[in-house]
Amino acid sequence: MAETVFARPLAQADVSTHYCPGCTHGLIHRLVAEVIDELGVRERTVGIAPVGCAVLAYNYFNTDFHEASHGRAPAVATGIKRARPDLIVFSYQGDGDLASIGMAEIVHCANRGEKVTVVFVNNAIYGMTGGQMAPTTMPGQVATTCQLGRDVDLAGHPIRIAELISTLRTTAFVARATVHNPLVAVHAKEMLRRAFTCQVEGRCFSLVEILSTCPTNWGIPPAESTSWLEKNMLPYYPVGVFKTPDGGSREPLPLTD
Amino acid sequence: MSRIVISPDRCKGCELCVHACPQQILGMGKTINNKGYIYAEVVEQMRCIGCRLCCITCPDMAIEMEVNGTMYHYFSY
Amino acid sequence: MTKKLMKGSEAIGEAAVQAGCKLFFGYPITPQNEIPEYMSMRLPQIGGAFVQAESEVAASHMIYGAAGAGERVMTSSSSPGVSLMAEGISYLAGSELPVVIVNIMRAGPGLGGILPSQADYFQATKGLAHGDFRVLVLAPWSIQEAADLVQDAFDLADYYRNPVMVLGDGLIGQMMEPVEFSEDREPAKELAPKIWATTGCDGSRPTNVINSLFLDPNELEQHNYKLTEKFDTMVRDEKRYETYGAEEDYDVLIVAYGTVARVCSTAIDELSEEGIAVAMVRPITLFPYPYEAVREAALKANSVLVVELSAGQMIEDVALALARSRPIHFLNRMGGMLVSPDEVVAKIKAILKGSSEEVHIG
Repeated sequence: MAETVFARPLAQADVSTHYCPGCTHGLIHRLVAEVIDELGVRERTVGIAPVGCAVLAYNYFNTDFHEASHGRAPAVATGIKRARPDLIVFSYQGDGDLASIGMAEIVHCANRGEKVTVVFVNNAIYGMTGGQMAPTTMPGQVATTCQLGRDVDLAGHPIRIAELISTLRTTAFVARATVHNPLVAVHAKEMLRRAFTCQVEGRCFSLVEILSTCPTNWGIPPAESTSWLEKNMLPYYPVGVFKTPDGGSREPLPLTD
Repeated sequence: MSRIVISPDRCKGCELCVHACPQQILGMGKTINNKGYIYAEVVEQMRCIGCRLCCITCPDMAIEMEVNGTMYHYFSY
Repeated sequence: MTKKLMKGSEAIGEAAVQAGCKLFFGYPITPQNEIPEYMSMRLPQIGGAFVQAESEVAASHMIYGAAGAGERVMTSSSSPGVSLMAEGISYLAGSELPVVIVNIMRAGPGLGGILPSQADYFQATKGLAHGDFRVLVLAPWSIQEAADLVQDAFDLADYYRNPVMVLGDGLIGQMMEPVEFSEDREPAKELAPKIWATTGCDGSRPTNVINSLFLDPNELEQHNYKLTEKFDTMVRDEKRYETYGAEEDYDVLIVAYGTVARVCSTAIDELSEEGIAVAMVRPITLFPYPYEAVREAALKANSVLVVELSAGQMIEDVALALARSRPIHFLNRMGGMLVSPDEVVAKIKAILKGSSEEVHIG
């Protein structure tokens, strides 16, 4: 008899999402939901939705959810995890939410070592508000607030969050992955699994930055946008594990007299 | 024997699955679904090798895979 | 329990602990630093958690998370910090979450000064943040009352599922007075279990989503009706005030709150020794404001004196209460200067002599 071997995970709601065609948010949602199911923690998971395209994430997961204001999801996560350390708490944020307005919150949440998991979706642009420049927008990339392309003299260079967070002394698991084709998406799921496992084992803070496409605001069809990501974003945002709770953390340089 | 099932009303016509399939057995149809998108269809079911790359890449949970008998796992997922 | 001499900030912290609060998230700001300092030592003793947040912005969202998970939580700050918490408080009210926020007021605006003030009355009662919401505001005038009101605040917050603010000033924060914590204190309201909290969903109930986003305007209108009904209930049921001084045959009614009311009470005592009868209405809840009590007491007098450490904020509510039925006089200090009993006595005598100018509001 035919057996269904690939179906919707229980932690993912049986609804159609509002995401654009080809937007990899849906894929990342499914990866997170699969990891939550496989680790067996769905019944004690609380997610935190950002302000951004994923603002309605609470409709797409079958777990308790908390809507945060823009950028403050790591602070909300801190509050929930300190109130109920037995819950598995994850935040799901975009590049405006995490790397712009929420920069203080993510750095301090990671630095305090709050045992939560942050899923950071980096698509180098602001999605929900219609395509403005993000802190992660590539130099020369056109956005509605840099219509001649990002000028590094005016706006600086894009921020690499995984590297930045990994320089903190506090133990953490920090990785970057991408989902522009299914083979690398398998690796992304593995990174998410390791991140959530850190929280399940009560070890440390975990962050997975996931490079994602935004066909609508990049102005190219979904299949082409995956090649655009591979060609333009991947060299600047290398995929890999930047910090693990097992490996040595970056020691600060010794003080000189 | 693996079988790909695409739900037309879930599909948003993004074509990622068409490009993901190493056997190139998926294609875009000619009819629109109830959301107004042209949806993907399985063109050559017989040549499916059950790799699940289409299922993995679909952002909208529109693709499911059914297996009759042995399934080969090319990678752990 | 025995009476203990305690600093106001410590009494506020201990009152929270007595009320079952095990979580505190805050940021240092003068003049309330003793509250987070006390909580940082006390909460680990009872298995609670203290986090010094990276900013008041972050603290307001940490309490948002913790309250959503169903736990009693408190934060404290001073005027500029409360301004930073505005967005978080709007989210708390919109998501219907209970928290207790302590504001130890200091002089403003801007960075201002560190000495006491009452210039956050508008902020607390009228303009805390965006959207149609109110917070219940309690204003103690002594350390004992601060401790009692903080415990009531947790019950009121849980009952109404709304933030409650305890409004003190630097004097309340820094003074030391005897405080007693009663062991068999009755809760201020009958409370229901928090079935709406994000405690993890095993399928036996629908998922709980703590949210203030309602994109459909019909839904959002209904939500706003639900909230305004709550505030109307607060107005109906939660007004608190106290009278002081003469009960009959007084010419002047003082309306003041917080430590300023204590200064006025000294002035009233001095004047009564001289044979001059003065009465005072001291609102304890600033929202809901006891308009009727102020009006009733004012109608027995010839004029009303409002004493505030601000440019004139509560005076507008007094004007609303009186509806031009009595002349209003105003005595104020700002910038951290305090009003003294002598100044109040002098002002009352000027009013009685007719040499005080009344103020016109609206």
